[in-house]
Amino acid sequence: MEMFKDKKVRNDIILALVVVIAAAGIWLFSEVTKEDGAFAVVVVDGVETERYPLDTDAEIRLESENGGYNILVIKDGKADVTEASCPDHVCVDQRAAGRTGEAITCLPNKTVITIEGPSDSEVDFVS
Amino acid sequence: MKTKKVAMLGLTIALAMIMSYIEVLVPLSFAVPGIKMGLANIVIIFVLYKFGIKEAALVSLIRVILVSLLFSNVMAMWYSLAGAVLSLSVMWVLKKIDKFSVIGVSVAGGVMHNVGQIIMAIILLGTEQIAIYLPVLIITGTVTGIVIGIVSGLVINRFKNIRL
Repeated sequence: MEMFKDKKVRNDIILALVVVIAAAGIWLFSEVTKEDGAFAVVVVDGVETERYPLDTDAEIRLESENGGYNILVIKDGKADVTEASCPDHVCVDQRAAGRTGEAITCLPNKTVITIEGPSDSEVDFVS
Repeated sequence: MKTKKVAMLGLTIALAMIMSYIEVLVPLSFAVPGIKMGLANIVIIFVLYKFGIKEAALVSLIRVILVSLLFSNVMAMWYSLAGAVLSLSVMWVLKKIDKFSVIGVSVAGGVMHNVGQIIMAIILLGTEQIAIYLPVLIITGTVTGIVIGIVSGLVINRFKNIRL
């Protein structure tokens, strides 16, 4: 095709390919390092507020400081946000998270729910 | 700044704002949560090619501030700003080295817009876990960048012989 002879367009294609390969690399790395999660950790504004075990079904209402809320449902070892006060509902649209490294994010409420494995636990069983 | 230029840049800002408003009205969230086409980038690329980096930065900055105040919130402004600054900087450099067509420039801009937002989210929310969205956002940035680049190229071509 004529347009592929253009040097700039050829560079464009190389650029797009490099970018896509980089994305695939990052994705592959995160997939390989994933394992089944044990806790749903709620981080509000950079500070961990709560952690819920994934093996116990629960429905929790997370209040954020700006008056908003997110409904976190834990079921079948997965955490999902089913309802939220934010206007865009990006967090509700996100898939349920159940493996380490997965996360559900609600930017308007500054709330991030991340999944951590059993080894990351900070719970002190002795006390 | 000449009066004609002030008027032209005012027009492009208005156009960029309408593009952003269209995206508020027609969200693409059904495909990937939170993604956008980046229609306003057509205008930014146009200004970058027809006027220059200073004008493009001005239009981009005013668009981000006005759109955030009108359609979303101050919080969202920080994300847009991070995306816009990183995106425009990279597009400017790529245009300068003159090795890519407008499509390549647009792809880099689309990807960098998303990367900038992720970086801002990591800073504001204090969790690196957000980086998990990078692959999906890089891919969508590439796809939307190609489309936006083709449209921008068409628009710039139409204005080839018109002095602004």
